[in-house]
Amino acid sequence: MAQIHEYDAVIVGAGGAGLRAALEAGRRVKTAVVSKLYPTRSHTGAAQGGMCAALANVEEDSWEWHAFDTVKGSDFLADQDAVDIMCKEAVDSVLELERMGLPFNRTPEGRIDQRRFGGHTSNHGEAPVKRACYAADRTGHMILQTLFQQCTKFGVEFYNEFFVLDLLMADGVCSGIVAYELATGRLHIFHCKSVLFATGGYGKMFKITSNAHTLTGDGPGVVYRAGLPLEDMEFYQFHPTGLYRLGILLSEAARGEGGILRNGEGERFMERYAPTIKDLAPRDMVSRAEFFEIKEGRGAGPDKDCILLDLTEVDPEVIEKKLPDITEFARTYLDVDPVKEGVPIVPTAHYAMGGIPTNVQAEVLADHTGAVVQGFYAAGECACVSVHGANRLGTNSLLDIVVFGRRGGIAMAEYASTHPLPPLPEGAEKASEKWIAALCDGGSEESTASIRATLQDEMMDKASVVRTEDSLSSVLSTITELRKRYEVCRVKDRSKIFNTELVEHIELGFLLDMAEALVVAARARTESRGGHYREDHQMREDDHWLKHSFITRTAAGDTKLHHKDVTMGRYEPVERKY
Amino acid sequence: MNVDLNLLRYNPEFDSRPHFESYRVQADPMERLLDCLHKVKWELDSSLALRFSCAHGVCGSDAMVVNGVNVLACKVLIKDLKQPITVEPIRGLSVLKDFIVDMEPFFAGYKAVKPWLIVDESEHEPARERIQSQEERDRFEDTTKCILCAACTTACPIFWSDEEYVGPAAIVNAHRFIFDSRDTGGDERLEILSQRDGAYKCRTAFNCTEACPRGIKVTKAIQEVKRVALYRSF
Repeated sequence: MAQIHEYDAVIVGAGGAGLRAALEAGRRVKTAVVSKLYPTRSHTGAAQGGMCAALANVEEDSWEWHAFDTVKGSDFLADQDAVDIMCKEAVDSVLELERMGLPFNRTPEGRIDQRRFGGHTSNHGEAPVKRACYAADRTGHMILQTLFQQCTKFGVEFYNEFFVLDLLMADGVCSGIVAYELATGRLHIFHCKSVLFATGGYGKMFKITSNAHTLTGDGPGVVYRAGLPLEDMEFYQFHPTGLYRLGILLSEAARGEGGILRNGEGERFMERYAPTIKDLAPRDMVSRAEFFEIKEGRGAGPDKDCILLDLTEVDPEVIEKKLPDITEFARTYLDVDPVKEGVPIVPTAHYAMGGIPTNVQAEVLADHTGAVVQGFYAAGECACVSVHGANRLGTNSLLDIVVFGRRGGIAMAEYASTHPLPPLPEGAEKASEKWIAALCDGGSEESTASIRATLQDEMMDKASVVRTEDSLSSVLSTITELRKRYEVCRVKDRSKIFNTELVEHIELGFLLDMAEALVVAARARTESRGGHYREDHQMREDDHWLKHSFITRTAAGDTKLHHKDVTMGRYEPVERKY
Repeated sequence: MNVDLNLLRYNPEFDSRPHFESYRVQADPMERLLDCLHKVKWELDSSLALRFSCAHGVCGSDAMVVNGVNVLACKVLIKDLKQPITVEPIRGLSVLKDFIVDMEPFFAGYKAVKPWLIVDESEHEPARERIQSQEERDRFEDTTKCILCAACTTACPIFWSDEEYVGPAAIVNAHRFIFDSRDTGGDERLEILSQRDGAYKCRTAFNCTEACPRGIKVTKAIQEVKRVALYRSF
């Protein structure tokens, strides 16, 4: 029997978006945060470089320029109403974090300091602009700590190490979730009026990723299985500077502070690809440039399979003071000292632009026509508003979680205070109970770890920076095979207390779902846009493809694609040059 | 290369007490200890229980006692470890299973020191940011790096013998606010930290400083808190 908890609002996930939402919901209605991890373990803490807002503390700036850069960076797929909201509210969001105590670096006048970041420019692309507010190269860490401090202050109720398994619906209205308690193996029902998902990304479907082991698409996975759509899944960002072989992120701030990318011949190759802003071009373009440099035999290192991030011309004091963590990562994990030599890097799977579709109030969309699921919200990387379109600009993820986490928290609380508690479906936990029992029934030779490793290798090879019809079809048939192996795979550990094999097995199921959705949507989109690059369809096709994809799993276990128009605004699509 | 590991295993559902088990895996010398623990879990014994997430030393999930000292498993490389590598759970918190310990007392210590910015609520909130010079900000830079991994607190001999002691990590987080020029809650926190279970329990063993994976000068921070508690001058 599952234990039942009753709340007004339940937030799933305790990273930046979840905690920001909790601060709003918690002061209005009875709120709980349910999280797979202790909140401070969330991957928001790994974000490094900064959070953009047109404060104009260092040089002239305006939120409209920020909006223009975001839309252009998105390859014109972002919804411009949502972008306007984000860039306008960015200023207050940063100031509010400062007032909560976030220790930003400061200007000589004692104001929040700002620095350059990829794709952020002044006056519609004229020159790089100093817009990123930062705290050394630990901005995400500071945001996560600050929000956790505030939640501690206000006594937000946490259920830590509870893993979401199911979304409960009563007549199309969200009525709660089912979660698995890691410490005991027990099921819990959180019966409530509104639910917000803030579960983060799913980078672990790729072999080389900056993502934490725990980023497995649990939230979008639950949504997809509930028959609800996911939006723009084909758009996945590869960050150009992941530590060689490991994928650990080295912030774009390294280039913002003057770092240069060099190929094996020592050439600053970005001059050829983006003559105006060079190394500070958006991530999709830089990752693609790296991919082709390596493919065409100009890679660095003994196997010519990486690129060098050259910081040797940057003032060593700037490196130690403004980029201390990434310097330490290079020293610790590669035995390379950035002050003295180039750091070997490769593109690393970094950020999901796609996810659970929402409107600007963070309400989850039921379909491509814009109808909403009553009482259900999503924010952060697991959601798709869409402010990032086909490619997210650096720093805009930290902004996204704070702006839309806040909006979601307010909206879910307002909904909860004006609606009755919906009835709990009969036997709400039964499906989850049966599922877990089946996973622990009988034996098989298959192992979660080996299925996962194959998935990660194949996705990296065939569905990453560059894709073709053939590569995507091939990986899709692999996913189908892996799914068959997954179905017969059984969990060997039968213990109740911290059965982490069971958790990893369920996570792998979500990863397989996310990979399927990504590949199907990517194969259908016969154009190149932002992070989605088709070698067999290299041009952007605005006539056909200036639209969002909505993928739904049909009852038969098949998928269906629909499209939704992009919300346009001040900026008409133009060729994207930097 | 071969890597030999001695892991202190404990599953309360089957074991009456913790016991060591030996494992051998293949690994590159540049791999992390966490990678080797994963090889054990993913290739040899899937029941091994440990916490992990970011795998590069920023989330604070995987503090463990490795060859007798507290480290993060994802921040120590095989080449730097003497074999066989002995791995035990961090000390002073009850073990729930294998390397997973009960973190609740640790977070209770954190909470006790009011780890949030305290400002005079009667004053008007500024419309923009509070002004703080870079020098003022640098004053508490070191203690903002804390990731709450508990490596320091569970390396502290006072904490082992006295679970009421708030412990080094809590004092680090108090320091982060006490020395923040924007904060006005210094007196409240020093009141708490001057009590029996507060900062004066520290006997400057320096275990905490050695254990901190973020390189925070923990013992120094504790002494600064003691000094400011004595003289009440920030």
